[in-house]
Formats: sequence, structure tokens, C-alpha cells
Amino acid sequence: MSNAYQLIEHNYDVVVVGAGGAGLRATFGMAQKGLKTACLTKVFPTRSHTVAAQGGMSAALGNMGQDLWQWHMYDTVKGSDWLGDQDAIEYMCREAMPAVIELEHYGVPFSRTEEGKIYQRPFGGMTTNYGEGTAQRTCAAADRTGHAILHTLYQQALRHNAEFFIEYFALDLIMDDSGACRGVIAWNLAEGTLHLFRAHQTVLATGGYGRAYFSATSAHTCTGDGNGMVLRAGLPLQDMEFTQFHPTGIYGSGCLMTEGCRGEGGYLTNSNGDRFMERYAPNAKDLASRDVVSRSMTIEIREGRGVGEHKDHIYLHLEHLGADVINERLPGIAETARIFAGVDVTKEPAPVLPTVHYNMGGIPTNYHGEVVILKDGNPDYVIPGLMAIGEAACVSVHGANRLGSNSLLDIVVFGRAAANRCAASIKPNSAHSATPQPAVDKILARFDGLRNAKGENPTAGLRMRMQRTMQNHAAVFRTGDSMAEGIKLLEDVHDGFEHIAVSDRSLIWNSDLVETLELDNLLGCAMVSIKSAINRPESRGAHAREDYPDRNDEGWMKHTLAWLGPNSAVTIDYRPVHTYTLTNEVDYIPPKKRTY
Amino acid sequence: MAEHLGKLRWRCRRGMKELDLLTLGYLERHYPTASAEEQQAFAELLEVQDPLLMSYMVGREIPVDATTARVVGVIRTLLSADEEVARASCPCLVHGQDARATINSTT
Repeated sequence: MSNAYQLIEHNYDVVVVGAGGAGLRATFGMAQKGLKTACLTKVFPTRSHTVAAQGGMSAALGNMGQDLWQWHMYDTVKGSDWLGDQDAIEYMCREAMPAVIELEHYGVPFSRTEEGKIYQRPFGGMTTNYGEGTAQRTCAAADRTGHAILHTLYQQALRHNAEFFIEYFALDLIMDDSGACRGVIAWNLAEGTLHLFRAHQTVLATGGYGRAYFSATSAHTCTGDGNGMVLRAGLPLQDMEFTQFHPTGIYGSGCLMTEGCRGEGGYLTNSNGDRFMERYAPNAKDLASRDVVSRSMTIEIREGRGVGEHKDHIYLHLEHLGADVINERLPGIAETARIFAGVDVTKEPAPVLPTVHYNMGGIPTNYHGEVVILKDGNPDYVIPGLMAIGEAACVSVHGANRLGSNSLLDIVVFGRAAANRCAASIKPNSAHSATPQPAVDKILARFDGLRNAKGENPTAGLRMRMQRTMQNHAAVFRTGDSMAEGIKLLEDVHDGFEHIAVSDRSLIWNSDLVETLELDNLLGCAMVSIKSAINRPESRGAHAREDYPDRNDEGWMKHTLAWLGPNSAVTIDYRPVHTYTLTNEVDYIPPKKRTY
Repeated sequence: MAEHLGKLRWRCRRGMKELDLLTLGYLERHYPTASAEEQQAFAELLEVQDPLLMSYMVGREIPVDATTARVVGVIRTLLSADEEVARASCPCLVHGQDARATINSTT
């Protein structure tokens, strides 16, 4: 039974869960400021999904022509379809320039112009002068931006004596009776031991939950572990109805053709050879915001203008750029297309389809990274001891739709902000409060229950049913009827999870058990996602309701909060969108019609 | 043995989806019948950083060690074998209502 587990105890000032870009930036920053910092991660840091970020990181450096952070802020607010919190967006766009320079200083090898400045490329939704021109704002380290950032930050964290617990799987947050987080319990996958980490702040940097869908660009590791822990801790997730579909996933495999392809001049065509984005977004065309491009592609296919034998996808053209430009500006993309799409992009177009890519929703936080909830009428009540950053969090800087190259920016800026907050609020090596034993017992009992689960439903089968349901019922376009069907199917999956079969009882390298724990996290994310989606009767950003095609600012310019109860019941409430800026150096940007 | 396979399965967890599919595909389909030498080479290959592993997979770079190169060659054949499966299960568009939703979906 659960009391048979020996817990190995550790005391830290801060424990960061996750070692992607956000987790590593936070870990490094905290260690640098003299806090005793641990970073737990289920995979080796440089294998975090940040490694797949090829496109780059936005910052209004103005290296390729005039640029202003106010323009970047405007683009981000508009991209968010006015669901983003403008104080947080101002913070991110202002901090972007020093953040890039700082990364360069730490050793990230950004690509350069002939004059030696950081090269910047165009990206979707990034404009100059409040939508007039195309901005060149995205900084990249060739096609290895994500890896370069991970590698650099990991080295910096080690240099400042942060301690890493690698291949540790976080099970649950330790919450006390007052509602404060006191740390986390984790499972060492290699040695089969369980560990209790006490911390003054626990920082969740666990990434997104793309694996809740059947076809996603996300690596297998993106299972929403932090989100799942937050739901089990009785806390809400925010804006979970907003899932981004990337326009150019490769047809079939779902592997990603970076937005840099269109940034460098690539374009989309239908079966008539039309550059159809000219009709949907006359100004930005192929570089309109991702939600807009994904919807346009879906409509072209539905109206019978898809390409291929089944007329069920779209072409992405690069061949007009010539092999030299493709190889110089988009290194690796030609090989990726050849291997994963079977085409030579210097001669023919690549088959693409909108594919799940990013979760705008997540753990609600303020711009310091502190987790906030609605409590006793206060929409900004801070949960003591708990922070969240990166894709796991919902700050909310991306609102209803994220712009390409704003996520690497998000992770670096808010990873740093979380470190600053901890440095200001924690006295190094101060004493820890008592650990609430009932909370610990509950965590161990759940773990033990799943480890010994003797039901009849194997994990892989349930996962597939969940993924198919989300793919079919919470897609680019949604309707109330289709989602209601999806909810029934998903509740069946949840019931199936009550009778799950775990075949391996071992504690060492038990991949069956890890995947079951991950499925539990994914299922929680999927459930609150589709139930938040059916609850929002409007279309905003990535949430496109066919039965409610218009945005409704009077009723719905507000953040959804969703709590997950027993039997997959979801309770919903709301937080207001922050309709104010951080400083008086920029005015609040009021909502208007969103066209590109 | 189960532990060893569990460890390898976990190390097939990469940062990129492409590499997840390829390494796991090899582990499930080829590893059990591979020679001891190739099994060892595969385990070592999993320790390589993702960008280099990706370079091997797309043929931009070739491993110096002959056994490792052979394993990479086998992994690369998974792609053509997978193609039909991948296409058959591609993310279909859902429910075919009229495409009347406005694109710039706002007030």
C-alpha cells in the first residue's frame, strides 16, 4: 500500500518542473540570484520540445528597418483577438529586446546580416506601423534556434550550480489546507525511487498538451503534465478552448514545415493553382495570422478546391525561391520535405494541412509568473507557492491566438520574470513549513492505484480514442452539436480510464505506467478544453464556432476558468481580460474588427 | 531485459515528433531481431543530440561508425514503409457543413 513507499526528501528554495526554454531560463535565473534551485525533468533538458522551435524569436530590434515595441504589442493584441492581457503583452514586447541581447551575450549564435547585426525575418501577423507594412522582427539561429537556446541556458544553469534531477516524472503538487503549494512529489524513472521536494515556490514549466489530439506537430513528450497536476490540486485552467492549428503540417505525418517558409516568400495554392490567401487576407496574404490561414485552407478544401487524389490538402510552394535561397535561409527544410513529404521543394510544392501546434490556454498567471485564480470575488488572487511559465501557463499574452515567434519570446521573458519574482520574495535557505501528510498520502495512493491497475482497458487504446475524439470534435471549426457528441465520447474514455490496465508493476523504467500517468494528465486537459469550447458561444481567434461565427465582445471578452471535478464534471467561471497597460507609455488598444 | 527495453523506449522520447516516430519505429519493428552489435549502436545513437540525429535521418550527415550508419539506414527505410499508413490515417476534415464562417471572424 501507499505507506510502503519510502520518500527521499529534499529541501530547496525553488523547484522548477520542466527543462524546456522556460524552465531552464527560470532555473538559471534563480540559481544566478543565489537561490537553492532544483530542476526536475522527465527527459534530458536538450530533448525538451523547445528543441523543435526552428522559426525564431520576435523582438523589435529594428535591425532590418524601423521597428517599435509598440507595433509589436499592437500585432500581439490583434493576433490574440483581444483576449490577451495588455499589461502582460506590454511587458513581453518591451522586454523582448533586452532578452534577445541577453541570450546573445550568454552564447546563442543568432544568424547575422552582412553588417554583423542580428538577422531578422518576416513572420505571420508581424507588421509595422499598426498593420501597414510587413515587419522583419524574428531573430533565428539558422534552423536550430530552439536547440541553441536550450543548450545555452542549460550550460548557464549548470555554471550557477542549479541542481538537475533528470528523468524524474513529477506526480503531483503538495497542497496544504490553506491552499498553498509546498512542493512536489516525483518518481525517479531510472532508479524507481519516490522523492518529496519541499520548495518555497514550485514553478511549473511543463509545456503544452498537443498529444491530446491525433494529429499534432508536438513531440510525444507534450502531455500537459503540469496542467494535469493543477487540475488535481483543485485549481482551474484558463482559456483551454483555444488550440492553435499550424497551417503547414505535412499532409500525412503531421511533421512541421516552419512558418519561416512563408516568411521567406513561400505561398499556398489550391487545386486551381490560385493563391487563395489573397482573397481571405488581401494585405498580409500568406503571412496572415495562423488561425486565419488555417481556416482559409479548411474552407478551400471543403468547397472542393483541395489538392491531391482525395482533394483533401493544400500545396505550399517554395520552388520559385530557388535552391540557393531555400538552402541558405531555410536550411534543412528541403531535406525535411523530401524525407517526410516525399517531395523536392526546389522543384514541386509540398502537401500541407492545418495541424495542432500550440495551446494558448493553460495555468492562469500574472506577468510575474504567479498562479492566480478567482477567489472570493478577487480575479487576481495569488496561490502562495505556485508559479507557471511557458506554454503550460496562460499569462495571457497570446489570448485566443498566438503569433509565430512569440512563444520563444514568451518562455525567455517569463522564465526570467519568474526568477526575478522569486529573488525578490524568497530569503535563501529559509525554513520550510510543515509538509501536510494527508496531501502526501493522497498522492501516493493515486500513484499506487494506477501502478496496480488491473482493469481491462490498455492505455494505448484509450489514448487513441481520446485523440480521435478531439481531432474530430474540437477541430479548426467547431459546432455545438459536434462538440456535444465529442463530450459524450470523451466521458466514455474517462469512464474507461477507471478500468485501465497497467501490465507492468515495476518501478524501474516502467514506460507503461509513465504513459498511463501522462494519459491521465492529457485526459484532464482534453476534458476541460472541449467543455470550455462548448461553453463559449462566439468565434474568437483559434476558437471558430460555425454556429456562432461572430466575436461577441459585450458577452465574451473574458477569460474562461475551468475546474475539473469528480466524474469529469467541469465547473466554469471567468476572469476579466486586463483592459489596461502596464505603463502610460502606451495606450490601451481597444477592440476592433480583425482583418489582415 | 524488460527494464532495458523500458529504458530504451523512454530514450526514444525526443524533442521532435519526427524523431519520436523514427526511433520508436525502429525499437518496435527492428530492434528485437537486430544483431547485438546493432542493438548497441542503436542505444548509443539515442544519446546523440536531436539536431545531429535529425541530420542523420535526413541524410545531411552520415555517422562515421559503419554499424551506426547501417542502423540509421534501416531507420530511414521506416519512412517509405510508413507512408501509406500515415496517409490513410491523416487528419481528416470534420463534419462537412457549409463553409460559411467568416474568416476574419469578428464583429
